[in-house]
Amino acid sequence: MSEITSLTLYELIKNIKEKKISSNEAAKSFVDRAEKSKKINVYVTENFENCLKLSKEFDDKPNFDLKLPGIPIAVKDLFCTNEVRTTAGSNILNNFVPTYESTVTQNIWNEGGILLGKLNCDEFAMGSSNETSFFGNVQNPIAEDLVPGGSSGGSSSALAANLTPVTIGTDTGGSIRQPASFTGTVGLKPTYGSCSRYGIVAFASSLDQAGPMSKDVKDSSILLEVISSFDKKDSTSIDFKRNNYSSELTRNIKGLKIGIPKEYRVDGMPDEIEKLWKKGIEYAKDCGTEIIDISLPHTRYALPTYYIVAPAEASSNLARYDGVKYGLRSSGKNLIDMYEKTRSEGFGEEVKRRVMIGTYVLSSGYYDAYYLKAQKVRQLIKQDFDQAYNKVDAILTPSTPSSAFKIGEKSNDPVSMYLNDIFTVPVNLAGLPGISIPAGVDKNNYPLGLQIIGKPFDEQTVLNIAYSMEEKINYKNNITDWWMK
Amino acid sequence: MTIDLKTVKHISKLARISLDEKKAEKLATDMNSIFEFIEKLNELNTDNVEPLTSIAETTLRFRNDKITSENIREKILKNSPEKNDDFFVVPKVVE
Repeated sequence: MSEITSLTLYELIKNIKEKKISSNEAAKSFVDRAEKSKKINVYVTENFENCLKLSKEFDDKPNFDLKLPGIPIAVKDLFCTNEVRTTAGSNILNNFVPTYESTVTQNIWNEGGILLGKLNCDEFAMGSSNETSFFGNVQNPIAEDLVPGGSSGGSSSALAANLTPVTIGTDTGGSIRQPASFTGTVGLKPTYGSCSRYGIVAFASSLDQAGPMSKDVKDSSILLEVISSFDKKDSTSIDFKRNNYSSELTRNIKGLKIGIPKEYRVDGMPDEIEKLWKKGIEYAKDCGTEIIDISLPHTRYALPTYYIVAPAEASSNLARYDGVKYGLRSSGKNLIDMYEKTRSEGFGEEVKRRVMIGTYVLSSGYYDAYYLKAQKVRQLIKQDFDQAYNKVDAILTPSTPSSAFKIGEKSNDPVSMYLNDIFTVPVNLAGLPGISIPAGVDKNNYPLGLQIIGKPFDEQTVLNIAYSMEEKINYKNNITDWWMK
Repeated sequence: MTIDLKTVKHISKLARISLDEKKAEKLATDMNSIFEFIEKLNELNTDNVEPLTSIAETTLRFRNDKITSENIREKILKNSPEKNDDFFVVPKVVE
């Protein structure tokens, strides 16, 4: 059966439960395909041998009551995996082997998932194109020399290239939804506090959130059910009643009110994005929802706010990389010199840029002008959403202001790179759940996504709307396996 | 406002990142274009707005001060760039 790798997670689980495919056969298929797909550079660390061994062990003693019975899964290299190297895409963690497991990945292994390997990402998740990774560019399976988005670019690429049935990413300003949009896949950022941050290499702690990435909406609901959990080890994990997202998934969304924020019609937005959005509105109507115009007046301040809050938190989080207890160490003539050289050689350009911005905005005399100001504007952005949700159940926007761009096209212009996250960043600032689903293509046949934003803890409604719209849109990725030729 | 080379060098000291002249100049350019973009926030009057410090409206939980991990000293030390028995080694600090 050569088609194993193109099955959805749901189909693969069904086949394994019905004993039509064994876990080991599935693992072999994904490993074989990965061996032929080195060119797209999705793996930082392969766990293939161990995966094959564990899948055999599963087959010898199967447990079909698990939610992910013997399913091989590759994960973003930002999740710490016990005794498997975890780099965060950085030279400074090139040789780091965690002694503990992140809660999110542990949840996956507890339900029968088996680690295939660790996927490339932008260094410390700072980037929108996977070009900041120490381990090199990742190719988008859609076309050669196209970025897969970022920071979860290895994840989106591996998924679209059928190298993993499903995967997980992290999203601080759009790092799940934007790469999903660029690769014609589905990516969900849950409400802040849904998925534990324990064991995830920290970028901006008040914004970071892990979430599922999948070939369709149903698969995201299955994976979210597994990874979302209350965790005492994360001080901001929230103890709320989680739905059985996959069994409660329904296309009955009649009468739901969907808001269209006028401020998301930004200057210079290409026509095709505008058209896609209009098409999305029609699909939403076809699903029986009511469309309501809303206003999120502080939208234009979201990116500047983000580029204070995120670097500030990053500069603080990344202070731990000093070459003392783990990671890279460069030699220096004294302790301070060692710190400075280690961080200079260990961090890439984008990470240094953000640590510098963060250090500056938190430095003596500037805190009130920048960080405090940004926290106040963040409050206003959150209030915009609070008010909108008095009138609507969810919000529909484009996922990104453009389709995937060429490798190298934006890497010399940080601000133009940052603008990529214009529609996704407000969602992180307000801590809301948001999903990107593929909804069409641009003139080059590159995928474009639509984003559905929900109320806090209302992932179920977000998934239900996405599930209904997905059926109407009926998008299919056209992957030619060009990298194997 | 503009961030000059002197400021960039001062910040790099605070951030413990050594920079050569060329990199410092490039960073000054980048930081200026980013701050130009950030300055947009000054259009807004936020005098009476409460800062949003955490999106999770929960009070921090207490836990017992108890060791939960098993003996992982060996594993932890394996990641260290330089060690001596049970200690991490750093360049000489005291003369």
